[in-house]
Amino acid sequence: MTMHTLSVLVENKPGVLARVSGLFSRRGFNIDSLAVGETENPDVSRITIVVNAESSPLEQVTKQLNKLVNVLKIVELDPQVSVARELLLVKVRADRNARGQVLETVSLFRARVVDVAPDTLTIEATGTPDKLDALLRDLEPFGIKEMVQSGTVAIGRGSRSITAGPALRAA
Amino acid sequence: MTRPTPETLAHSVRRARPATEPAGDADHASTPRNGSAPAVRQPAPAQVSGAGSLVRSLEALGVDVVFGIPGGAILPAYDPLYDSTVRHILVRHEQGAGHAATGYAQATGKVGVCMATSGPGATNLVTPIADAYMDSVPMVAITGQVARPAIGTDAFQEADIQGITLPITKHNFLVQTADEIPQVLAEAFHLAATGRPGPVLVDIPKDVLQAPTTFSWPPTLDLPGYRPTLHPHGKQIREAARLMTSARRPVLYVGGGVLKAGATEGLRRLAELTGIPVVTTLMALGAFPDSHRQHLGMPGMHGTVAAVYGLQKADLIVALGARFDDRVTGRLDSFAPDAAVVHADIDPAEIGKNRHADVPIVGDARHVIDELIAAVTTEQAGRPAADLGDWWHQLDDLRRRYPLGYEEPGDGTLSPQYVIKRLGEIAGPDTVYVAGVGQHQMWASQFISYEKPYTWLNSGGAGTMGYAVPAAMGAKVGRPDTTVWAVDGDGCFQMTNQELATCALEGIPIKVAVINNGNLGMVRQWQTLFYGERYSNTELGTHKHRIPDFVKLAEALGCVGLRCESAADVDKVIEAAMAINDAPVVIDFVVGKDAMVWPMVAAGTSNDEIMFARGVRPAFDEDEM
Repeated sequence: MTMHTLSVLVENKPGVLARVSGLFSRRGFNIDSLAVGETENPDVSRITIVVNAESSPLEQVTKQLNKLVNVLKIVELDPQVSVARELLLVKVRADRNARGQVLETVSLFRARVVDVAPDTLTIEATGTPDKLDALLRDLEPFGIKEMVQSGTVAIGRGSRSITAGPALRAA
Repeated sequence: MTRPTPETLAHSVRRARPATEPAGDADHASTPRNGSAPAVRQPAPAQVSGAGSLVRSLEALGVDVVFGIPGGAILPAYDPLYDSTVRHILVRHEQGAGHAATGYAQATGKVGVCMATSGPGATNLVTPIADAYMDSVPMVAITGQVARPAIGTDAFQEADIQGITLPITKHNFLVQTADEIPQVLAEAFHLAATGRPGPVLVDIPKDVLQAPTTFSWPPTLDLPGYRPTLHPHGKQIREAARLMTSARRPVLYVGGGVLKAGATEGLRRLAELTGIPVVTTLMALGAFPDSHRQHLGMPGMHGTVAAVYGLQKADLIVALGARFDDRVTGRLDSFAPDAAVVHADIDPAEIGKNRHADVPIVGDARHVIDELIAAVTTEQAGRPAADLGDWWHQLDDLRRRYPLGYEEPGDGTLSPQYVIKRLGEIAGPDTVYVAGVGQHQMWASQFISYEKPYTWLNSGGAGTMGYAVPAAMGAKVGRPDTTVWAVDGDGCFQMTNQELATCALEGIPIKVAVINNGNLGMVRQWQTLFYGERYSNTELGTHKHRIPDFVKLAEALGCVGLRCESAADVDKVIEAAMAINDAPVVIDFVVGKDAMVWPMVAAGTSNDEIMFARGVRPAFDEDEM
């Protein structure tokens, strides 16, 4: 199984996310991560879905997604020519003794401290899933009290835009 | 015998308005089914309620009939409907409304419309909506919803029907404002009727129906994500034509898409141009005349030996509007191992879903077939097509040795196959036959000869017991001048026969042949074959106890009830039923319970394992195939 990143442009209407996510579970696909938000055109939302699938079932799910009336366009992003990022917020145990080491790890990963309490630090980091996994591995020994991660968002490199196109102008 | 009283007949005459666009058989060939927007009329803008806007939209869309039942949330819609040119047929159960809309759509090619209230009214539509989705039937279901402020509060008769029908509709809408009603209705009809047809649900909250609005027509459709591909790619067509003229053992595998596209004339020309054998699936019966020399019959679990083996041994399968369903392919990994596949369908997601397509073609079957005819003609001009003599020799030999047939029951009981065969012969090829689901459905597919398109209606994909009576009702409403016979089982009939009351009161004289073997026959057949003859819960008591007595039941429902228990009476009783045109007729054919449907490819086995009869495997190995 390999990871595939799909950018799905949809009409920004109520219930569209349920149609998309329902289709995945109905057809037996596992969503690894999902992120959704508006695009530069407020009528269009962009859903980034990371799915674990062989290429031939993936083609089937792409075709089924395309049949949803509210889906405007689907592009699979090639990891070689796209940028993918996740956001991580993590609350780490950091008392007087550990704080220095935690801050050192934060700066090594170019992460940021966004909240301070007497015995914890809350750290914000963005990056590829690999980088965030590595950061978490390094923070784990201090004690992770709580963490939250966003789904992957991704965009193609270069000047071309997937949101340009006749279908999207009509939306 | 009970006949309707003068009052009920007068009632039905008053209610029965002539259909605005009667769809005769002749219209079918010339009416493009896919890809054409519904007929649009242009009334003047007017101040109305949301409900008024709904009814005017239906009128503007050319709807002549709606099947439904009123209730609290949909009640505002029923007030303007009272004065409308749209005929409303009051059914006895919402499931009947849904299947009637399907029967209407299958028989006429037009969008069928059903209406129900919120909550249980809407959930009762779920089965027919799922049924229509599986068989790609153009249907619009309109449901009332609780008022917007009450949505999500578990209000009385609230159900999230949009959420419930998400996986079983082509699309669905929850209307948010009265102003958008004309647009949503126009979009719903457009989606239902074009591309791969399917059911569309429109859920309208009660306060939206009551709100004042301006009705204006026509609205602008806003469906930027919906662009069905109608015209096939020329390169793929040329490649398909090349394969079709060079294959040695080709088969045209024809599915329901050919009927939906109105492509049956073209199919016949293509078949005769190429000389390629044709198989028609359960959903496509009538798309190619059963009596045509090139027709091998129906493939699949209960298909003919020639059709099953034709596909199995083919070197080229040309699938037109078919979807390689498991009932056709048997075990997929051993299906047609040597065949290259040309797969043409309007739905790109069907292509390669179950079987890899060597030549995928996305397009409407009508355009695909027309372009294939042109491309094959060009190919044939360039070089002679492959000789199919050997192939036909093998297939003809199979047809001769393994024709469809049945054995008379040894216990002297009436043979169900004989009844159905005689029904087909007496009622003839212009009759519309509507089957339920089970043994009687398979026998009706096997022993009635379908010569014309849109004469065979059934629940193929979903296998919905109870489909026949309400679907026959819908078909008869759509084609009032055509004889409509429902062929039903005693199990199926007991699920939806209450719609006979609707038929009696509304002047819809359908005819029902109940093939009454006292059992859930197909399940019993499986128990005979695969469960050691342990007949757990398949005996219905309609023989042993005569509960219910179908003749009395028919009479109680305002129909003529007849009974037939011997072969000698079959013709006489069918003819008596054919002579009655002012009331629905039910015939209780009391038949033997041990008859089985053959041939059979058992579920989960390979088509190579087809059984011609119990314990009889066709001899193929010596065929040098």
